[in-house]
Amino acid sequence: MESVLLSFENIRYIYPTAKAAVMENFDLQIAPGTITAILGPNGAGKTTLLHLALGWLRPADGVIKLNGKPLNSFSRRELGQWMGLVPQNENTPFEFSLLEFVLLGRTPYMAPLAMPGATDIEISRQKLSEVGMSALSERSVPSLSGGERQLVLVARALAQQPKILLLDEPTSHLDLSNKSKLVQVLRKLQSQGVTIVFTTHEPDVASALATHMVLMREGKVLKSGVAAEVMTDAALSELYDMSILVKEVEGKRIVLWDH
Amino acid sequence: MLFWLVVLLLVTIVFSMFLGRYPDPGLISIKRLATDPLAQKLVFNLRVPRILTALLLGASLAAAGGVFQMIFANPLVEPGFLGVSQGAAFGAAFCIIFLGGAAWVVQASAAFFGCLGLALSYLLARRVRYGGWVLRLILAGIAVSALFSAGLGILKYLADPLSQLQEITFWLLGGLWSITWKQFLTILPVVAVSLFIMWRMRWRLNLLSLSDETAFSLGVAPGRERTLLLLAGVAATSAVISVSGMVGWVGLIMPHIARRLFGADSQYMIPASILIGGIFTILCDDLGRTLMAGEIPLGILTSLIGAAVFAYLMIRQKIPTQR
Repeated sequence: MESVLLSFENIRYIYPTAKAAVMENFDLQIAPGTITAILGPNGAGKTTLLHLALGWLRPADGVIKLNGKPLNSFSRRELGQWMGLVPQNENTPFEFSLLEFVLLGRTPYMAPLAMPGATDIEISRQKLSEVGMSALSERSVPSLSGGERQLVLVARALAQQPKILLLDEPTSHLDLSNKSKLVQVLRKLQSQGVTIVFTTHEPDVASALATHMVLMREGKVLKSGVAAEVMTDAALSELYDMSILVKEVEGKRIVLWDH
Repeated sequence: MLFWLVVLLLVTIVFSMFLGRYPDPGLISIKRLATDPLAQKLVFNLRVPRILTALLLGASLAAAGGVFQMIFANPLVEPGFLGVSQGAAFGAAFCIIFLGGAAWVVQASAAFFGCLGLALSYLLARRVRYGGWVLRLILAGIAVSALFSAGLGILKYLADPLSQLQEITFWLLGGLWSITWKQFLTILPVVAVSLFIMWRMRWRLNLLSLSDETAFSLGVAPGRERTLLLLAGVAATSAVISVSGMVGWVGLIMPHIARRLFGADSQYMIPASILIGGIFTILCDDLGRTLMAGEIPLGILTSLIGAAVFAYLMIRQKIPTQR
């Protein structure tokens, strides 16, 4: 059997203020070294899924296991070393420089109340340059465009040196060239053994990057498995409730939609 | 650069010890201090505790301001917010009118009502049915502050205009003219512990200014750590304003000045706020007690000078920063 790094077993989740469950009987296995794309319409529970994986949200029922052990058997600091999060869109009113902001990602490796050291600064600089932002390292975070900020958030998560990287719609503000840059950064990360899970509204990005796919709708898994098998006309059409064609052009999958 | 702020603080303290209106307005001579017993008493029993209290006052308000701004990810927040200031003001006025105006009773009452303001804001925020936690706290704080300030209005209306109203007004303007060693030592433990917590947790503060899930993903317990820092900020604030009365703007403006000089990273912003707040408040108090024969209330000077300095720093586009 294929080894499993992160598993959701019979998860039920309900938001404190809501009546209906967001997730019910949810099962999912993620194998080490894979890149999994989570696709689904707005409100399908994609972000909830990432927050559950982090341990930030706790399921009402069921168990989430990391490396075979329940999530709640890990300390916060251990979890911080295991998993990094790139949130959907994060801003700050304070004029942190990019370097200062990326340095925050080193926290899980620092003693509880310590300050970052020379190694932390070195790693952060390196991660900024990996996403192509080192030229701007003295700029302040609030002065960046949405796309630039998204790349800085990625750099911060990379500085965390996680074994699993969770990204919430990482390409939503990126132009084409930055999208391709991010795809390359994530592929390189995969080649270094990092497991990647990301949500997206862009089937093209998913097909360019993902080895595995999960189609989610109303808190349930519609279909999941190896990307090429999941990404079919029928499955995508059902997911978004519209007619969608998947074509192969020069070995790449392109998604056509009716407009 | 932080080192030079420490030096500047020490210079300010020593300078302020010599500054006053005895025997003449200006600096007292070392020779006189060595020989005149009245001068010694004046400097060591009146000026020194007052200067040290000004230091605690400025440091606490500035640190708490910096902490609150980061926790609420809102640069317009100040430590008196969440009902603390208005609660304390109400408590002081209540005490002056109904319990006689003995200094320590006024202080205790101000501290009690300051904490009550926070507690009410917190309880109200828990019951608000919409918005995130931060928005709920801010809204609850506004409501509770308005409630106390209405109550204060009623008390002022009831107060005897010839004695009580003056006393209330003077308390609301803030000042350190009545500070003794005893008062300084009473607030010192609370203030020292609170400042230490805020200083020690300054890196975590950076993370707490991010969204909860991000802070969590970096190994932080956002709820618990925010509460601890909030309590430290409120404890320090209540303690100092219980002896000084209302001293405005220090908590709002000093963190901004610290950020202008040292950047947003709390690693530097918090210690810089503490030092700049201390220096600023000591100097304002120096002016208040020496400029005229009568005392100028401290709150007026901190607002006036603080706002002017702040406006100047905002107009100046860039200040070269160096760490």
